[in-house]
Amino acid sequence: MSLDTISLSGKKMEVSNKKMSFWESLYLVAIVKGLLITIRHLFTRKVTIKYPEQRRELSPVYRGQHMLKRDDQGRENCTACGLCAVACPAEAITMKAAERKPGEEHLYREEKYAEIYEINMLRCIFCGLCEEACPKDAIYLTETKVMVASASKREDFIYGKDKLVMPLEMALRNSKNKVS
Amino acid sequence: MESTVIIEKGIFIVAIFAITMIMAMYSTWAERKVAAWLQDRIGPNRAGPLGLLQPLADGLKLFSKEEFIPDTRNKFLFLAGPAISMSVALMTSAVIPWGDKLHIAGRDVILQATDIDVALLYIFGVLSVGVYGIMIGGWASNNKFSLMSAMRAGSQMISYEVAMGLAVIALVMMSGTLSLREIAAQQSGMNWNVFYQPVGFIIFLVCSFAETNRTPFDLAECEAELIGGYHTEYSSMKMGFYLFAEYASMFISSTILAVLYFGAYNYPGIEWAVENWGVNIANSIGMVVLFVKICFFIFFYMWVRWTIPRFRYDQLMNLGWKMLIPIAIANIVITGIVILLADKFL
Repeated sequence: MSLDTISLSGKKMEVSNKKMSFWESLYLVAIVKGLLITIRHLFTRKVTIKYPEQRRELSPVYRGQHMLKRDDQGRENCTACGLCAVACPAEAITMKAAERKPGEEHLYREEKYAEIYEINMLRCIFCGLCEEACPKDAIYLTETKVMVASASKREDFIYGKDKLVMPLEMALRNSKNKVS
Repeated sequence: MESTVIIEKGIFIVAIFAITMIMAMYSTWAERKVAAWLQDRIGPNRAGPLGLLQPLADGLKLFSKEEFIPDTRNKFLFLAGPAISMSVALMTSAVIPWGDKLHIAGRDVILQATDIDVALLYIFGVLSVGVYGIMIGGWASNNKFSLMSAMRAGSQMISYEVAMGLAVIALVMMSGTLSLREIAAQQSGMNWNVFYQPVGFIIFLVCSFAETNRTPFDLAECEAELIGGYHTEYSSMKMGFYLFAEYASMFISSTILAVLYFGAYNYPGIEWAVENWGVNIANSIGMVVLFVKICFFIFFYMWVRWTIPRFRYDQLMNLGWKMLIPIAIANIVITGIVILLADKFL
């Protein structure tokens, strides 16, 4: 067996440099074939999603904008341990912890909570490592199903607790569902 | 010349100019739509209903761009380039018969700007001036890519003009006249030239793709190799003029195709319509029919553009010199023999 005939991958093919006949080199037949293929596409269903009016259906595990969760009684889960910030490969998360005062038990589940919790959406790569790192089930990316909107200023992409924390009504609704 | 004739021709010329401009404008819209449909997309649909205001938005955008003139030897030629392209594209429409005639206020109004008896020669003359717009623009840009593109366009257009002329000679042998009006009149009913000259038609069609610099022969604007081609250095509305001229010449060359080979304004049963409905209605329908034919050819141009990739330059030259010209000459010989035999025996 000579080297020319060995094909280790089994995909070796002889390149065909056959000379075209006069009829073929007019390209007419090939062009007509091509035209028939494209004209069929004129009548096929269009795949475009007209974005602001129609939205693509997102998968159940789609990672979009983060949500800081509340528990059944509407208390924030986050204890500002900082594990998410450590896990974050893009260093998008910053937070400042604070101690829970007496009388705030209905707001925060444990004695420590995040006074400031900010995610820079320009840095975030939506990998979901913060979600994996969180010991308190406080941060989720799969919950909102919202894509982070565009903005014209860099500052507008730093999302604070006002945008991240789960709305209270949603927490109450969740707890109601659990009871029933 | 009577003043009524002058007024009549004046109105007609303005109307043709307006129609050409509107067709060119909406060709840009149609091109985007057809491109989108052939690629399973929707196309422009935001500017106005169905995106119909898109050409206006494009024009507005081009007008608001910076007017940049490079430091070139000859600014006059730089400015003249797009103007020549545009005026050449418009000049051809002067001799095209848009319809037979109308009967208005006791006079016969011929639906043609001017009926010269060498209209076909005139068209070829004007078409070959078209290459100057590109050559001058490319040269005056003081940019080697522009110049190369202009050279390509120039040699391409000159090569394909030969085959185009030879294809038309067979047609002229058959019809025995160079006047577009008579050629159109001879094709009354379904006696369209395409049935008598199919080979000539195909050669003419291929060549008109090359003459209008459309894909698959748009080597002058080959982005991968030549940036933007001859209009690399052009900006703002001068750039717009070049693009607009391309669409205007596409409209005109569709018209020539329809007039020469697809029976111009004729449709089956035109004589019957003239007898029963009167000259005005029958010939108005004829004008509409001509426009339908033109729109089909414009669609065909776009259809081909979004189907076939660009030819390589040597393929282009091979096709022009080694294929089309011999076939066109053979076509002439065969046409001549057939005409001779038909005269003798029929």
